[in-house]
Amino acid sequence: MENKPLLEVEDITLRFGGVTAINGVSFEVRESELFAIIGPNGAGKTSCFNAISQVYRPQEGDIRWKGKSIMGESPDAVARHGIARTFQNIALFPQMTVIENILTGRHIRMKKNWVQGMLWTKAARQEEMENRERVEDIVDFLEIVEWRKAPVALLPYGIQKRVELGRALAMDPELLLLDEPVAGMNLEETEDMARFILDIREELGISMVMVEHDMGLVMDIADRILVVDFGVPIGMGVPDVVQANPDVIAAYLGEELESVDTSAIDAEVV
Amino acid sequence: MAFGRPLLRTSYEEDAAILPTAFQKAGVGFLILSLCLMALDAPIFGAIPRYFLGNTWLVPVGITLCFAIGALGINILVGVTGQVSLGHAFFMGTGAYTAVMLGGNLGDQESWKACVPFHDNLGLLERQGECGLGLPIWIWLPAAGLVAALIGIIVSPAAVKVRGLYLAIVTVGLVFIGLHLGRMLPEWAGDFESGRRWPKLDIRLWKEETPLIEMSEDGKWFGLINLTEEQKQFFFLLAIVIVMTLLAKNLVRSRTGRALQAIRDRDVAAEVMGVPEFKYKRLGFAISSFYAGIAGALFASFTGRVSPIDFGLLLSVDFIAILLIGGAGTIAGTLLGTVFVELLPNVVERLTEWLADQISTGGVTGTIADFLLTTGAAGDFGPISIAPTAPGWPMSVFFWNLVIYGVLIVVFLIFEPLGLFGIWIKFRNYWKGWPFSY
Repeated sequence: MENKPLLEVEDITLRFGGVTAINGVSFEVRESELFAIIGPNGAGKTSCFNAISQVYRPQEGDIRWKGKSIMGESPDAVARHGIARTFQNIALFPQMTVIENILTGRHIRMKKNWVQGMLWTKAARQEEMENRERVEDIVDFLEIVEWRKAPVALLPYGIQKRVELGRALAMDPELLLLDEPVAGMNLEETEDMARFILDIREELGISMVMVEHDMGLVMDIADRILVVDFGVPIGMGVPDVVQANPDVIAAYLGEELESVDTSAIDAEVV
Repeated sequence: MAFGRPLLRTSYEEDAAILPTAFQKAGVGFLILSLCLMALDAPIFGAIPRYFLGNTWLVPVGITLCFAIGALGINILVGVTGQVSLGHAFFMGTGAYTAVMLGGNLGDQESWKACVPFHDNLGLLERQGECGLGLPIWIWLPAAGLVAALIGIIVSPAAVKVRGLYLAIVTVGLVFIGLHLGRMLPEWAGDFESGRRWPKLDIRLWKEETPLIEMSEDGKWFGLINLTEEQKQFFFLLAIVIVMTLLAKNLVRSRTGRALQAIRDRDVAAEVMGVPEFKYKRLGFAISSFYAGIAGALFASFTGRVSPIDFGLLLSVDFIAILLIGGAGTIAGTLLGTVFVELLPNVVERLTEWLADQISTGGVTGTIADFLLTTGAAGDFGPISIAPTAPGWPMSVFFWNLVIYGVLIVVFLIFEPLGLFGIWIKFRNYWKGWPFSY
């Protein structure tokens, strides 16, 4: 694994009025790394994602993509750098079909403008078909062939999550931000999703940042983990180190360290 | 395409086709062909619209065709981009007045002087009547669309920042600004109450006397076929509607259309996918206004005389009703909705006339007709008044039409949010699966 940092988040602070959602969080994501951010509810994990994709603008700190600051850019400009993401509460386009949703992910990789589109020129048609082929590859990869033509609003939750992953993949991203990819899934769906995430990393070599509550999944597949609590980073490192960190255990299980049996976490990990 | 297996598609191009199945191709082809046959007054075909709409049916149908273009435009903004706008009437008016200022007053060498307004206050020019440059249709028609689109772009920065109801109210403001301008600038708009005359749809190369393709008088066309004025205009409008429909359909299935729909469905997600929200909302505004401008210009020219009041708030509401009744976001639904909303009043009127005729013939229909209609005389009861009475009970057909219109909107909103298009889909799916339920 190469050690060149792809994304550097440096000491960002994000406030909403009097509430400090993120307070001095720093981390970096290296090439083809699977980085995880964990923490209790309301810790500021999703806010971190929103800061990276510039939906929220942090007041302090810096976010650099391949060494260049992306602070103050619009969300769509960030997307064009090759940063794709999924959402905690599925944010698909409900009235569009699976194919259309994933094709929308191809937006930044397509070039034809609205005039060419309205006239359905040969070039526009050709581009449409090429990208359609690419979408079919993703549909195959994520095993959602049977739902291709269905409007996504009608699909089961687990499938919607997969479509959303597909839409992000369609952007040909270099970095993929996954916001709770297995939230609310049953065991089987979780296993499937874990497999897809591993495949994405191994076959496509895409770096990923993942926010997740399923500790078992995080500890199993993440390379490094950042733990935040109330917006403050309280620990970072490889899974084993993080698990042993007393602050992390305190954040998750409460203060009385002595009486807590850490095997509770270990058991979940297995 | 494999015949008999319409769902088997062997290329992505086939899959993206506007009319993917042979049945649909045939259906639309037949529809267009029968419309033409109706207009040509072919046997059987010609009798159908005359039965429902009376002998002058080409007039309401021509207006419907103009409105169809406007409806396609509002569908792009409201149905596809998801920005609820009540300003469509303003953009239609913009198109219409652009058209009349560029194309009106053919042969009047002096009328350009009236194009500079405020002459009285500035002392620039004497009042010169109505502004008009007498340019040919191939200039004023595209210009009507482009000017409307340009104004759409100019106002869009204010509009893209607000959403939903707020946007609807902001755009209502436009309509009132338009009405006020119409009152302020009689050189452009003509008299506020009675309006002004519009250029005919004749196609000229330049300002010559005899047009290249003549459309404002009965007579031979291309030396081939004898047509009335309305028939010629019908074919012209139908051709434009078909072209505009194709353009709209292409837009929706292309990259841009998906971006617009993405903004409608979830704007934050769309942005994070790399769709610049403001840019595409502005584009939606511009394209929709372009359609409105073309529709306004054609509508005013087809009708011949229009005043600023015609582009009031009620017209905008009409378009929203068309979308709700037809099915917002779908092009077939938009066209269906236009036909329904624009022609239903005519059908109701025609039905009343027919009922009135039945009274004298007696029999069952005569009794029913007698029960429904009233002349307002003492002892003659019935809900529909055929006498020219003041609004009140019994109501005249005109007011019944308004009631039916209102009730329809309520019924569609509650029972079939996808509108006529939704009903068609249900109907189709039922027969696709027949005799099975699913």
